[in-house]
Amino acid sequence: MARKLPRKDVVIVGLGWTGSIMAHELTDEGLDVIAIERGPWRDSPTDFPPSYMQDELRYRVRHELFLRPDQTTFTFRNKLDQTALPIRSWGPFMPPNGVGGGGVHWNAETWRFLPSDFVLRTHLTERYGASFLPQDMTIQDWGVTYDDLEPHYDRFEYLCGTSGTAGNLKGQIQEGGNPFEGPRSRPYPNPAQKQPFSPTLFAKAARELGYKPFPQPSGNLSQAYTNPLGLRLGPCTYCGFCEWFGCGNYSKASPQTTILPVLVRKSNFSLRDNSEVTRINTDRSGKRATGVTFVDTSGEEWEQPADLVILSAFSLFNVQLLLLSKIGEPYDPVANKGVIGRNFTHQTVSTVNGFFDSKKFNFNPFIGSGSIGMCIDEFNGDNFDHGPHGFVGGGYMGQVQTGARPIESTLVPPGTPKWGAAWKNAVRDNYLSTVKPGTGVHGSFYAYRDVYLDLDPTYRDRFGRPLMRMTIDFHDNEVKQNAFLTDKFAEIITAMGANQVAKQYRVAPYDATQYQTTHVNGGAVMGADPKTSALNRYLQSWDVPNLFVLGASAFPQNAGYNPTGTVAALAFHSAAAIRDQYLKNPGRLVDA
Amino acid sequence: MRNARLTSARRAAGALVWLLAAVASAVGAESDPQDFTQVERGRYLAVASDCAACHTVPGSGRPFAGGRAIETPFGNIVAPNITPDSETGIVAWSDDAFEAALRKGVRPDGARLYPAMPFNAYTRMSRSDVLAIRAYLNTLEPVRHAVVANMLPFPFNIRAAMRVWDALYFREGEYKPDPQKSPAWNRGAFLVDGPGHCGTCHTPKSFLGGDKTSQYLQGATLQGWFAPDITNDSRRGLGNWSVDDVSAYLRTGHNGATAATGPMAEEIALASSHMTDGDVRAIATYLKSLPGRQDGPPPLRADDPAMVAGQAIYRDQCSACHGLDGKGIPRLFPAIADSSAVRATDPATLIRIVLRGARSVATDAEPTSPGMPSYGWQLDDAQVAAVLTYIRNAWGSAARAVPAEDVTRARSALASRPD
Repeated sequence: MARKLPRKDVVIVGLGWTGSIMAHELTDEGLDVIAIERGPWRDSPTDFPPSYMQDELRYRVRHELFLRPDQTTFTFRNKLDQTALPIRSWGPFMPPNGVGGGGVHWNAETWRFLPSDFVLRTHLTERYGASFLPQDMTIQDWGVTYDDLEPHYDRFEYLCGTSGTAGNLKGQIQEGGNPFEGPRSRPYPNPAQKQPFSPTLFAKAARELGYKPFPQPSGNLSQAYTNPLGLRLGPCTYCGFCEWFGCGNYSKASPQTTILPVLVRKSNFSLRDNSEVTRINTDRSGKRATGVTFVDTSGEEWEQPADLVILSAFSLFNVQLLLLSKIGEPYDPVANKGVIGRNFTHQTVSTVNGFFDSKKFNFNPFIGSGSIGMCIDEFNGDNFDHGPHGFVGGGYMGQVQTGARPIESTLVPPGTPKWGAAWKNAVRDNYLSTVKPGTGVHGSFYAYRDVYLDLDPTYRDRFGRPLMRMTIDFHDNEVKQNAFLTDKFAEIITAMGANQVAKQYRVAPYDATQYQTTHVNGGAVMGADPKTSALNRYLQSWDVPNLFVLGASAFPQNAGYNPTGTVAALAFHSAAAIRDQYLKNPGRLVDA
Repeated sequence: MRNARLTSARRAAGALVWLLAAVASAVGAESDPQDFTQVERGRYLAVASDCAACHTVPGSGRPFAGGRAIETPFGNIVAPNITPDSETGIVAWSDDAFEAALRKGVRPDGARLYPAMPFNAYTRMSRSDVLAIRAYLNTLEPVRHAVVANMLPFPFNIRAAMRVWDALYFREGEYKPDPQKSPAWNRGAFLVDGPGHCGTCHTPKSFLGGDKTSQYLQGATLQGWFAPDITNDSRRGLGNWSVDDVSAYLRTGHNGATAATGPMAEEIALASSHMTDGDVRAIATYLKSLPGRQDGPPPLRADDPAMVAGQAIYRDQCSACHGLDGKGIPRLFPAIADSSAVRATDPATLIRIVLRGARSVATDAEPTSPGMPSYGWQLDDAQVAAVLTYIRNAWGSAARAVPAEDVTRARSALASRPD
């Protein structure tokens, strides 16, 4: 029997980026807010200090910051007719854990999606006709537009101190920025980071091929910055330990550096860490959330009643909690009916390594930063005519020098022996003169009828609940898209002067052991129609109006960008709707 | 909230005060919890006096209920309960008894207080000042919490010994303004020497724990820290800070050069960050008028072996945050090239921060609260000594080299410290 705690105005499940943003907004509104976090408390100088954080074995290889699969995992299969098996070591994505969530270990690539991404089905149908899309592709419009989100993208970028070069200021295309981006209301708060040699060379080659390269927008600071909350950040030191690692130099935007020190000083905020929410509770009608149930590390079960429930865990856990709490109709891929688990997506990532003459090129690849690099956007979204190519979607591509950490940076040209003196010599000869893009090709992953999440019929967790099952594979559209983009990318690497390039296409089947990105999205998507979406445009549950579900689980499909900027903009958009509309008149914010 | 018995007792005491006040009005206003003006003045003086630091166990949620052990070179003294509780607090004390404790170091039973209670500073406040503090304390929630104050070993547990100490070191008397100086200077001198009791930490002590007045505010070692020189000494003190720099430090815990940590972080969080801008500027004005020593050793040569080793360690371990030029990032990473604390006579604070790391204070104005990690597991005693010797003598600075033995001693002393 769960012990009942005193009621709060708001309970927030998961204190990562979106939970921190919402907690800050709602405590500013005067509400009494409690956050419940499955993992531990984490802070910059005590948990990832620069004195030992640069430890590739501990953090990268052994996944120090991530959820232990012993605590919770998923089952995985490619096809509907297969039996899924549990993931016992994280592969294609890294579920975060602990205060700060993915905001601790991200590379801080801080993009905005294209205006056309938000109206994807309408846009592609208008341009190419409905028959151009594969039959089983279930892409849809988001219910919000780029213009709706622009002020919220802006708030996040100024919160983070994002470094970048604007490409479109109020409709005026700007030299040196991304000419394809949507109009922004003002420049980035900080100039782009200084580029090392290899991105500079990439940009030169891209320019010569007729593209318009621009610096990747980065949540790593190019200079000291004080954010609107009065928090201080320092310039990035290019240590090259960013993704997979926390930043103890106060140089990477994270909840720890941009929100939490202010949030924890507020008397109307409290946090319970090391407490795993197991259920969202509803009343007998099933139309109203009454709070959440969680379990502490002693196995004690607690009930936290609240008027408003904010589900802001990592995307997969949001969907899992909705399924386990029986909120919303689970998706059935055969009938193509139901919403929870629908439109699950990931990313289509590939790379091309370039081997250069070590006598002529020294890239000092250890000079790294999470999102320091030059990119092009000519092949993203619908920035190019897909008519001749027979696929839709795309991605940005770029030479992003995230670092050259010793264990993973032993690239050798194709044909080199895999061990022994020849291999060692090749590692030595190529370390400084190899281009190993930290990003490479970052392609979209559109939604399909048979890519989805549901509860596994076989495997159960330590509480006896079914694990969540992932059914996911690459479809021809994404495979074609990736081949096209990877070839284009290889042309630029070759034009930089590489002697040899090694293309690593993304191919089917989807491999549960190979890391791609942690951008697993969808499953509780937003939209205009309750039949095909779990949430309305404000991330409010259609079924339970005092429940809001934040995070990339709301993406109807994934664009060719890193998701965090959009995740955060949607959270600010949702917070504004709660503050300005919901609290005045609690109930459905959109009629359907 | 309070019980009737207490209220009637207070009323009876109040009536007595009325009678006394009629004859003793020349002495100043008596403590009166009805008088908002007096209560508010008392609250402010209690903040400036940092009463909460000693009389509250941090995190206990029982403000002023006592119980915190104050570490002295002679042993621990536990701060008593000063809430208006009738049995374990001080509501039953007369105003005279309260004044005698704060301004004369004498308890109601006639015994002497230990100078862990800084009555030698509070004596600079007037009777009306301390009675205002009492009026404020009497408005607080009474907390029943009995505290055994004296935990000193023999012979220091004999309070009578304090008579000798008082004769040697205690000079009773309220602050007398210097008409030659500005009102700000006088206000600053009053705050520094009176409620602020800065000398309790910043003035070196004799072997009996009395102030070495010839080294007034020139820095002292206590509780494993070195409370730095806060005179206008340009090398070790505030000489290179403007009045704005000093006030920013006191009000926010941070300025362009440094950040507060350790006991000063607590002082700022509880006291000076809640003082008025005018008052912290007055403190700055006064401190910057104190000439200090203005002497010091010549810098070590750059080719000194410790300097060479120290520079290599500095580049490797420290420069990412503090910069190759030692300039840091304002209000995030201290500018150790400009930090007088780096050049302190006693490097205790420096050694401690490198060995154990440190967290700077968070205030409403500067909530970031950046921290420095511990290097005690990574650098050995000679390496810590070398890097500290380097930062004390680089960028045009000069200070005594830090011997490795000092680090060894500090490491062993810190190992047994709970804080």
